[in-house]
Amino acid sequence: MITLTINTKEYQIDTETDMPLLWVIRDVVGLTGTKYGCGKGLCGACTVLVDGNPVRSCLTPVSSANGKNILTIEGVENENKVLQEVWEDLNVPQCGYCQSGQIISAVALLDKNENPTDADIDGAMSGNICRCGTYQRIRTAIHKTATLTKTE
Amino acid sequence: MNPIQKITRRSFIQSVGLASGGLIIACTIRSSDKKEPIKAFNGKTFEPNLFIQLKDNGQLILLASRSEMGNGVRTSLTSVIADEMDADWQLVSVKQATGDAKFMDQNTDGSRSIRYLFEPMRKMGATAKAMLITAAAIKWQVDESILKAENHYVINTTNNKKIFYGDLVKEAATVAIPDNPTLKERKDFKYIGKGLKSIDGAGFATGKPKYGMDIKLDNMKYAAVMRCPVTFGTVKNFDKTKAMAVKGVIDVIEIPKINRPFGTLGGIAVIAENTWAAFKGKEALTVEWNYGDNKNYTSDVYNKMILENVHKKGKEVRNDGNVTKAFKNAAHIVESTFQLPHLVHAPMEVPNATAWVKEDGTCEVWAPVQAPQTARKEVVAFLDTKKENVTVNVTFLGGGFGRKSKPDFVVEAVAISKAINAPAQVVWTREDDIHHSYYHAVSAQYMKGALDKNGNVTGWLHRVAYPSIASTFAPDTGYAAGFEFGQGLVNIPYKIENVRCENGKAPAHLRIGWFRSVINIIQSFSVNIFVDELAAKAQKDPLQFRLNLIGEDRIEKSKSGYHFNSAKLKNVLKKVAKNAEYGKELPAGHGLGIAMHYSFFSYIASIIEVSIKEGKLKVHNIHSVIDCGTAVNTDTIASQMQGAAVFGMSLAYYGKITAKDGAIEQSNYDNYQMLRMKDVPEIHIEIVESTDRPTGVGEPGVPPIAPAIINAIYNATGKRYYSLPLTDHGLV
Repeated sequence: MITLTINTKEYQIDTETDMPLLWVIRDVVGLTGTKYGCGKGLCGACTVLVDGNPVRSCLTPVSSANGKNILTIEGVENENKVLQEVWEDLNVPQCGYCQSGQIISAVALLDKNENPTDADIDGAMSGNICRCGTYQRIRTAIHKTATLTKTE
Repeated sequence: MNPIQKITRRSFIQSVGLASGGLIIACTIRSSDKKEPIKAFNGKTFEPNLFIQLKDNGQLILLASRSEMGNGVRTSLTSVIADEMDADWQLVSVKQATGDAKFMDQNTDGSRSIRYLFEPMRKMGATAKAMLITAAAIKWQVDESILKAENHYVINTTNNKKIFYGDLVKEAATVAIPDNPTLKERKDFKYIGKGLKSIDGAGFATGKPKYGMDIKLDNMKYAAVMRCPVTFGTVKNFDKTKAMAVKGVIDVIEIPKINRPFGTLGGIAVIAENTWAAFKGKEALTVEWNYGDNKNYTSDVYNKMILENVHKKGKEVRNDGNVTKAFKNAAHIVESTFQLPHLVHAPMEVPNATAWVKEDGTCEVWAPVQAPQTARKEVVAFLDTKKENVTVNVTFLGGGFGRKSKPDFVVEAVAISKAINAPAQVVWTREDDIHHSYYHAVSAQYMKGALDKNGNVTGWLHRVAYPSIASTFAPDTGYAAGFEFGQGLVNIPYKIENVRCENGKAPAHLRIGWFRSVINIIQSFSVNIFVDELAAKAQKDPLQFRLNLIGEDRIEKSKSGYHFNSAKLKNVLKKVAKNAEYGKELPAGHGLGIAMHYSFFSYIASIIEVSIKEGKLKVHNIHSVIDCGTAVNTDTIASQMQGAAVFGMSLAYYGKITAKDGAIEQSNYDNYQMLRMKDVPEIHIEIVESTDRPTGVGEPGVPPIAPAIINAIYNATGKRYYSLPLTDHGLV
């Protein structure tokens, strides 16, 4: 039995220990905001935070997340609601599919760096593919969120 | 009972008119029996037509008949209804239509949604508004002429008395549907042209919208399918022992190959309790295949063959004047050949579908489809049932780009659900998506141009060879189809006296299908680079050379009813030159490249600034200007154009699908790469203000991007490239 804390709620999971966290979150727990894109850690659509660090859940065996805190898109409103509002305000998404992963990566970036430069954004966000090409708006949204949330 | 169905039988909507290139739909939103008032009133809701439901609490539910795949269509189409209806956008919610002919053409491709539906949606809204005004007149016992509508109220202009739309529902349902409701004047538009935010934006930022794979049904099983690596190969035999041993795998079954354009490829399906087990079970399968004729398809060999075919005389598809004579009399001749590889859509959401063939013989589907009516038709054919028995629910699409207008994956889910007597969700792996698509055509092109001693273009020969999309629908002739030539080959926007276009043979060995911007990508690439070469040979400025080559202001009539206006093309070119500060001094190693293309009846010009440092390309900025007629949602248009620039860069940098012995060599985003954040330049978009009717937006931004990059590289380095992707040239 594996214990996961997802968005502050605890789940007891009884699955194969090698099942990737992505499929546990989607098919076992039933939270569908986290997306499958490539299954190889190449596109970032499945990004979640495990103990605050962004991971590709499609490559993370559920056993390695045992006892850890996981944040998915469904829990972001308690972490960085401003970012979600900015995302909506700037009309960032097109199809929206990759945006859960983009937002989680952006949350992780802003958590560690409250005023990221363009180069910081390149570094933190280049693991997330957007086939619709919303990158420019994502960059603007991260800068704007930083401006609205920095503590100085 | 669903009140929508009740209305349907009364056929409020009629489609009229066939035009070349597709069905043009007009709506006469009125009852077949004009004198009879609508009987759709259920005491709570006023439904003047299929697209509008107004509840007595004022909630307005508007129907989106087209699929949402990043195109913003759920917002733009419904905002047109709301605008004409003078509705309060805060009270609007959007309902997605199922696949049904009663909603008119629903095929979300060809950059047509707004182009086809702008006027019908206006009329829908105007009709409802007129009926609400009449209802208020009845209620107040006053003349309609003193009433006006504003933001969900009807107002008496003589005393400013107001009545809420929701409070008029009962009376409005008794009013006859007007024949010709008055449309608003453009200056009165409240939502149209104002860049309204996506009605789904908040959802997208919270992970709530349901895409295909997010559908969960009781007792639903998950399935993954192993298909033959060679297109149209079939199963010889298979061993399921190891797959059945995977924990969570329930069964392994063969699914049929269906010989229809959107039929299943056939293969072995692994049915499981979760997606992961299905994927693992699939990997554990052993399958032996009959590969069939396409086993010999190898890109290296094939590409040489089509290149040879464009170096000899082909099938003539346009011939004006006498190019032979023009070449003979030329002061200068320029010749070039171009080669582009196959591409695949690779939307972030893989093909997937959920189907439930129920015991009573009915079938319900939930799927991310661009063409729900096509999906329904395929399911009806597969089940050999009546269309009334099949419902296709359209989920959000995690990108489409043309892939999801081909519902082969839907039929797979139906076949599996039928076989296992339970709801089934088929999920393709990314590898499945890359390996079994409907590919953008590989191409070879040859161009020859004549210049006179003054640098004027006097002759133009353009030969193309690419496997045709038509081969997916009819026996392959090896030659392309008229609609493909119309995407930038025979309809070049230049005034040249002697023009010949020819088509060389290129048989298909994969399923060939449309891909965002389609053949425009191929023909815009060669034409834009070649014009740049001609300008260089003529020692003229490439911007001025293009303006001259477009020639005098003129309208070229088209059977489509959308006529080419050369002044509009020159206008976008001039505007983009201004925005990009064309002519400014550039840093050393930098270059600007120009390209322009007319497609989906929209006019686009792009200027791109690049630099090459230590042999590596960097794109610094992209300026694009679009004239798409009336801009229904300026923010969506800007967004689509920004996305098109990235899409065009991705294909220029990395886009390459190749086959070896019939099988696709690429498999995932590591060897079929996409542009990423670090490589994205600043993208600047201008939308030309226009009161002309709307034209395409989703696709026309793509075709100028790759050739503008090539032209910019030439201006930065003096070196010209004739093929993509740029990874092949070591530039990225």
